[in-house]
Amino acid sequence: MSLTTFFVNGYLFGIEVATVQEVIRYQPMTRVPLAPPALSGLINLRGQIIAAVDLRRRLGFPDRAAGELPMDVVVRTGDGMVSLLVDRIGDVVEVSEEAFEEPPDTLVGIARELIRGAYKLDDALLLSLDVQGAVELRPVGGGSGTPAPASM
Amino acid sequence: MDDLDEIIAEFLVESHENLDQLDSDLVALEQDPTSQDLLGSVFRTIHTIKGTTGFLGFGHLEALTHAGESLLSRLRDGELGLTAEITDALLMTVDAVRALLAAIEATGQEGAPDHAALIARLTRLQQGGSALGEVIVEHGGATPEDVTLAVTAQDVGDVRPIGEILVGQGSTTPAEVSLALEVQEERRSVADGSIRVDVERLDSLMRLIGELVLTRNQSVAHAAATRDATLIRASARLNLITRELQEVVLKMRMQPIDHVWNKLPRVIRDLSATCGKTVRLEMEGRETELDKTILEAVKDPLTHLVRNAIDHGIEPPEGRLAGGKDEQGLLLLRAFHEGGQVNIEVHDDGAGMDPSLIAAKALERGLVGGEQLARMSDREITNLIFLPGFSTAAAVTNVSGRGVGMDVVKSNLEKIGGAIDVSSVLGAGTTVHVKIPLTLAIVPALTVLCAGDRYAIPTVNLAQLVRLEGEQGRAGIELISGTPVHRLRGKLLPLVYLDHELGVTEPDRSERDAVLVVVLQVEDRRFGLVVDDILDTQEIVVKPLSSQLENVPVYAGATILGDGSAALILDVLALAQRARVLSAGRELAHGAAGHADDDRAKTRVALLVASVGQDRQVAIPLEEVTRLEELPADSIERVGNRELVQYRDEILPLVRLGGLPDDGVVAVVVCSTRGRSVGLVVDAIVDIVEGAGVLGTAVVRDRITELLDVERAVREVDPGFYDTPVASPGGRS
Repeated sequence: MSLTTFFVNGYLFGIEVATVQEVIRYQPMTRVPLAPPALSGLINLRGQIIAAVDLRRRLGFPDRAAGELPMDVVVRTGDGMVSLLVDRIGDVVEVSEEAFEEPPDTLVGIARELIRGAYKLDDALLLSLDVQGAVELRPVGGGSGTPAPASM
Repeated sequence: MDDLDEIIAEFLVESHENLDQLDSDLVALEQDPTSQDLLGSVFRTIHTIKGTTGFLGFGHLEALTHAGESLLSRLRDGELGLTAEITDALLMTVDAVRALLAAIEATGQEGAPDHAALIARLTRLQQGGSALGEVIVEHGGATPEDVTLAVTAQDVGDVRPIGEILVGQGSTTPAEVSLALEVQEERRSVADGSIRVDVERLDSLMRLIGELVLTRNQSVAHAAATRDATLIRASARLNLITRELQEVVLKMRMQPIDHVWNKLPRVIRDLSATCGKTVRLEMEGRETELDKTILEAVKDPLTHLVRNAIDHGIEPPEGRLAGGKDEQGLLLLRAFHEGGQVNIEVHDDGAGMDPSLIAAKALERGLVGGEQLARMSDREITNLIFLPGFSTAAAVTNVSGRGVGMDVVKSNLEKIGGAIDVSSVLGAGTTVHVKIPLTLAIVPALTVLCAGDRYAIPTVNLAQLVRLEGEQGRAGIELISGTPVHRLRGKLLPLVYLDHELGVTEPDRSERDAVLVVVLQVEDRRFGLVVDDILDTQEIVVKPLSSQLENVPVYAGATILGDGSAALILDVLALAQRARVLSAGRELAHGAAGHADDDRAKTRVALLVASVGQDRQVAIPLEEVTRLEELPADSIERVGNRELVQYRDEILPLVRLGGLPDDGVVAVVVCSTRGRSVGLVVDAIVDIVEGAGVLGTAVVRDRITELLDVERAVREVDPGFYDTPVASPGGRS
């Protein structure tokens, strides 16, 4: 199986090549007030408006340092295209099922929920990301009636 | 010959299917005689049969269907109205065709039936009101009497066309007849000159236009920046053409609401039969056009509303008679355009809805709190039926399901940018108002700036733009019970700060020299949205939001602006609800009208207006005022922290509303509530005016005036005032 790999907070993640629409350099975004914090904004991808989900926030990692621009990994999901913001893009890696194992114990919390498992590579551990889970964002605050907290 | 047999077999199968369709269409047509859909369908069916019979050489069939087709074409073109006589003739034609087909099936031959009488009848009916005769009369070529005479001649067996008869009678000239024929042909070709197009093609055309509009916006923005005269001219032209193209395509997608409505007579007929009710359906504005996508989207909600009206609204005949109404219930559908929107009303003259029952049920289901209910008007209570989980049907019927539909109706309509509202008079009927946009894909919008971001606001909600400069800006915004308001043409406009609502407040707002207010209209309420800057209006292409944002209610979608960046489209209704300005009048009023009912809101009451403090005015319902007194300041006695005055043999406690120092005399409004008298010390009596007894605030003599709840005002000063026993024997009762 081929995985597209990328780095988030020093970890190496991989998603199936087939789910990746394209990888593009950082796109200016329109922020969306009141949206879940992991939703960084909206980008215009050739006339289509897609949401950008910051994987650092989604996985509960600290924010990128100011001035560091993420990259957009545009993936196809059940609800259309979504851009995943990652720190850096890696190679396409061929993995075998024998190398698959449980996620490492160092991963805790939400990050652990969104990791299916890990592939042991020669020089690193490749974490298999649950793409569908990663792009499903829980709403913040209550319904329309309650004043939601400022998210940005 | 085998080939031909196969073709005939195929023709027979096809024709039988068509005839079944024809039967039901004709019956439906009788209920709904002007439906273009039905007429078109009937016409096509007959036309198909005629075409094939001609080809197969079935002369009788061809002659018969030809006569039927000619008659139908007049009906379809609106030159003739459907009458019972015509329907009869058409049904007879269907029967005759069926008999002929049966014969062909059995023997392979038509046999020798005699349909001359039927054909003559069809032909005569076709001449019927005689459009040709009428055209000739219109042109002054003959008198109406001449035409009647000619038609009568046809009825008694004259087979010549009406024009020939008229010429034969010497009533008109051949030139007149050929002129009239030309006119007639022209009228007909208007209806004939249409083609059917796959909706998908229209959709993709619409998408392309959407892209074109965006590209146009970008190119116009770019051209304006270049100062290249040729480019600017070209882009202006592009602008113009795009707009025209867009209008044309939008028009292509428009269909009369009748396409949905014409399904209803049948629904209503069956339903009222099931419910044992008799219902008369009236429709107004069936030609009102709206976009096909929207038409599709309103179909189910509308049907649901109609079902509800019959199932729950209209009473059974005996109930109606007992209520002094006509035995037959009335269901009135109205559609009309207004302000770029389509309004649809579903009205029934049934039992109406009882607000107290609705309130009780809402309370029982825990949908609202008791305190909240007390503050609601009847209309607001009635609209609780749109809350999820609400059902008014006392008994679950199999007609409207379990009555859980209204919230679904509402959310389905809101999905397409529509709104729904219900008003009802107990015993007299219910009206549901639905407002929906004309089209979804491309809407004009105002772009505004807020905290550095641009947002689009559909102009359909836009009432006006207000700019408050400098000092005016600061002075023009007042706080009432913590809610900022602006007084616009004598009316109080609650203000909503967009940056605050979106949680993107920037600290330096006070530094701004002008306040920009976008006045928005939602339902029948207005509010002002304060933004940082107002940019421009442009046509935007509405794009759906990703599923991640489904739970963020304040956006209606997103769009791409001229510079290629994405912008959010604000959902004005949701924003207003979020900011709670939709019920702002009531929120402000809660002190004054805690348990006021709707009737009181409607009746205007006399109000005593007094000034209290520098800029404050209060209004006191005159019915609560016993006397107005001016008392010497030194007659005021102090007991503890209370102030009292000896007044008419009793001790009158005083409550100070005013803040000004006494100058010898104090103005006292003596009020009596709950058997206790109290003196309200005010600075001055200003006026007595008429006003609504319920609104929290009003503008009286250019001042914002709060309606005073005497009891509450007293409690604020002395919480235990009404709880202590009546101190003075002279206390009023």
